[in-house]
Amino acid sequence: MDLTTVWFLLIAVLFTGYFILEGFDFGVGMLLPVLGRDDRERRVMINTIGPVWDGNEVWLITAGGAMFAAFPEWYATLFSGFYLPLLLILLALIARGVAFEYRHKRPEATWKRRWDTAIIVGSLVPAVLWGVAFANILRGVPLDADHEYVGGLLDLLHPYALLGGATTAILFATHGAVFVALKTVGDIRHRARALAVRLGVAAAVLAVTFLTWTLTIRSSAAAVGLAVGAALALAAGLAAARARREGWAFTGTAVAIGLAVATLFAALFPNVLPSTADPAGTLTATNAASTGYTLTIMTWVAVLFTPIVLAYQGWTYWVFRKRLGVHHIPHH
Amino acid sequence: MTTWGLQVDALDVARWQFGVTTVYHFLFVPLTIGLSVLVAILQTLWHRTGNEKYLKLTKFYGKLFLINFAMGVVTGIVQEFQFGMNWSDYSRFVGDIFGAPLAIEALVAFFLESTFIGLWIFGWDRLPRRLHLASIWAAAIGSNLSAYFILAANSWMQNPVGYRINPESGRAELTDFVAVLTNKVALITFPHTIAGSFLVAGSLLVAVAVWHLIRRPDSADTPAYRFAARFGAVVALLSTAGVLITGDIQGKIMTEVQPMKMAAAEGLYTTESPAAFSVLTVGSLDGSREVFALKIPYLLSFLGTGDPNGTVQGINDLQAQYATQYGPGNYAPIIPVTYWSFRFMIGFGLAAAAIALWVLWAQRKGRTPRSRWLLRAAVIMPILPLLANSFGWIFTEMGRQPWIVFGEMLTRDGVSRSVSLAEVLTSFTAFTLIYATLAVVEVKLLLRYAKAGVPEITEPDQPDDTDDDADRPLAFAY
Ligand code: HDD
Ligand code: HEM
Ligand code: HEM
Repeated sequence: MDLTTVWFLLIAVLFTGYFILEGFDFGVGMLLPVLGRDDRERRVMINTIGPVWDGNEVWLITAGGAMFAAFPEWYATLFSGFYLPLLLILLALIARGVAFEYRHKRPEATWKRRWDTAIIVGSLVPAVLWGVAFANILRGVPLDADHEYVGGLLDLLHPYALLGGATTAILFATHGAVFVALKTVGDIRHRARALAVRLGVAAAVLAVTFLTWTLTIRSSAAAVGLAVGAALALAAGLAAARARREGWAFTGTAVAIGLAVATLFAALFPNVLPSTADPAGTLTATNAASTGYTLTIMTWVAVLFTPIVLAYQGWTYWVFRKRLGVHHIPHH
Repeated sequence: MTTWGLQVDALDVARWQFGVTTVYHFLFVPLTIGLSVLVAILQTLWHRTGNEKYLKLTKFYGKLFLINFAMGVVTGIVQEFQFGMNWSDYSRFVGDIFGAPLAIEALVAFFLESTFIGLWIFGWDRLPRRLHLASIWAAAIGSNLSAYFILAANSWMQNPVGYRINPESGRAELTDFVAVLTNKVALITFPHTIAGSFLVAGSLLVAVAVWHLIRRPDSADTPAYRFAARFGAVVALLSTAGVLITGDIQGKIMTEVQPMKMAAAEGLYTTESPAAFSVLTVGSLDGSREVFALKIPYLLSFLGTGDPNGTVQGINDLQAQYATQYGPGNYAPIIPVTYWSFRFMIGFGLAAAAIALWVLWAQRKGRTPRSRWLLRAAVIMPILPLLANSFGWIFTEMGRQPWIVFGEMLTRDGVSRSVSLAEVLTSFTAFTLIYATLAVVEVKLLLRYAKAGVPEITEPDQPDDTDDDADRPLAFAY
């Protein structure tokens, strides 16, 4: 396999990891007003992701950095072309990140309510917009021969992209509900599980529609296989949730998200950003890539450090494996 | 043509946005870099001695550290995205080289930092003490490591090395990664920036501790604050020595690789040997007329070259030389900005060091400081090195202009072509508004928690290894 393909795969892996991990962070954030009936329950929810959300977000930072290094043309065209959606994502991530840290720092109800809004909106907006963004990558966007984006904001908003946004939002919400069910005890655990099953049905319908639509736009044998796998994993996860097997339910939604993201990348390959205007503008894993020397160095770094990162991040989840309940929340 | 005129276009706004967001990011960065290590040292002291005073200080400054850290994280993501959003032609040109340290920074440093911060915050009653202590050290190492990679990336823009320009694509291509990581500018910028960061962190320790010492002299926690004030002051003085030594070396390297920046730092228009260091000059901008000047003879030659009689090139000569080399254009940065930011960097930094000395003096031989003036000075102390750091960056970056990559790409050629003025204006406005709001919130929170003082230690801090339904509340929760 040549290095450009390796790096296409690595970027796919980084985004897959990002969506699996931040997927439930976003889900927990979006469901804050739905599942958290009072302040203490909301704190329980926030604390289930408290120790890990920042590490999860670094998957995005690494994906962005890796894209910059391995496929500068892709990074440059995508980020300047998707300007306003990315701006909204950044603003949302700023508000959400600060809110986790600051929400409990003052006792006043208005203070907490404001930060709750920041968490809810800050989770919902990226959950929708990442779906919109990936749908546009799959469908292609108007690029000129210099690979510059020549469309406007409205070119990014069409039914397929909106379906993509709805799919990621509901899928992440389901994933988050399952995560809350897995990580809490008491009342909230049962409500979360029940909600997960209901949301999961909607997520399954949306995801199957979206992936099918995607495969009519561009497809490959691998993509079809992965899409079928994603649907099966989601169904199995929901069945496990109904059967009160939260560990398996979480495995199911995590695998489903992973396979769905993999489907998108498999369908995209070898393109990285197809052009709907000038065909010469299409960016591929080859014409967007850095030189072999850069890719070789990056490969060595990735080979050396990725296992270490996975090991300690995995260990974190083990350290914080205990379920939380309202009685764990300190009174101040 | 490089114009410094008033007509606003997407380029101007993109530049303002980069300047504002970067300086803002760098208000939080120094505290993260320095305070992570100082908190780790405090916790190590507690671990070694068992003295509760250190535990209290660890928790107290740890909380201030976290309030600051959150802002560092969220403003950092903007930095990374911004290259692609506003500077896409720059990204295309340098991705091969510049992207690598950025990606490595994320993989090697940010994961370490953010994962172990999480472990440290929530690990107070979950992890064995040693592991918990190791977590803060891992986070501190991650922060300092991240600085190295991003500074290596930035140094490449100041002094490009280890690359070639591909004549077909016109892009810069990496030829020697080791050369990029061992760029002499990077090797000296790193210790200078780290020392500047520790100056901020030491100053914060001093400010908060002195406030409590003077406002609440009878507090039972006086010994803890006394220690923190002295520790912070010593850190501040050592860091000042650090910035002085490294700054001196930087000056020499700068004279060599970016002589225009040195000339601009001094407002030196004509080549001189020996050259005098201008402490303060008032005159016309083009250097044709000096109204008032205070100068130290030979010093600039010495700073720039190590030889009191060495030659320092002037702006006019360099301009003529660059015009021949790179074609017609204006190759000088905005002189008043570079001249004054250089002086402010040094001046504000030294002012903080002076206050640190004063604090040590006021505490000599077991005395408790009482002076209201000292209180005022101590409270503003952390602001001084923050200003020094900001001016240091403003000097470094503005002094590089009109280049975005020195000698290879002009700033105006790096901006995104497909992004409209309206879009950049939208993002610039949005970031400025959200940043301004958050600045108010964060400063208020910091003050609130700083005034609250060190916490009471109630429970023994022991890891709890029982099962799922251990009913004790979390020692720390969001
Ligand atoms: C000398 C140090 C330094 C400099 C010049 C910069 N940063 Fe920074 N950055 C840090 C030192 C740092 C840090 C100390 O590692 C931070 C600050 C607070 C924190 O959480 O980590 C950080 C956070 C931080 C994050 C969030 C990491 C996380 O989630 O943990 C990103 C993505 C960046 N930075 C990216 C950048 C970029 C693209 C810069 C160039 C313009 C930049 N930083 C300048
Ligand atoms: C190590 C990270 C960096 C830091 C801390 C930093 C800091 C700064 C500072 C302080 C300024 C001056 C702000 C002002 O004009 O008010 C500035 C300007 C600028 N920097 Fe950097 N910078 C960094 C890296 C970069 C990178 C990687 C780029 C590449 C895109 C860049 C491009 C610019 C541009 C375009 C300006 C505007 C120049 C102007 O206003 O004249 N900087 N930066
Ligand atoms: C006598 C004291 C100092 C000298 C001689 C000095 C010298 C320098 C020089 C020459 C540069 C520019 C490097 C380049 O662009 O190539 C620089 C940059 C900088 N300085 Fe200083 N400096 C001093 C004090 C300080 C202090 C007190 C601080 C902060 C507390 C500080 C923070 C910075 C920062 C953040 C930069 C930008 C990053 C970098 O290029 O290192 N400096 N300094």
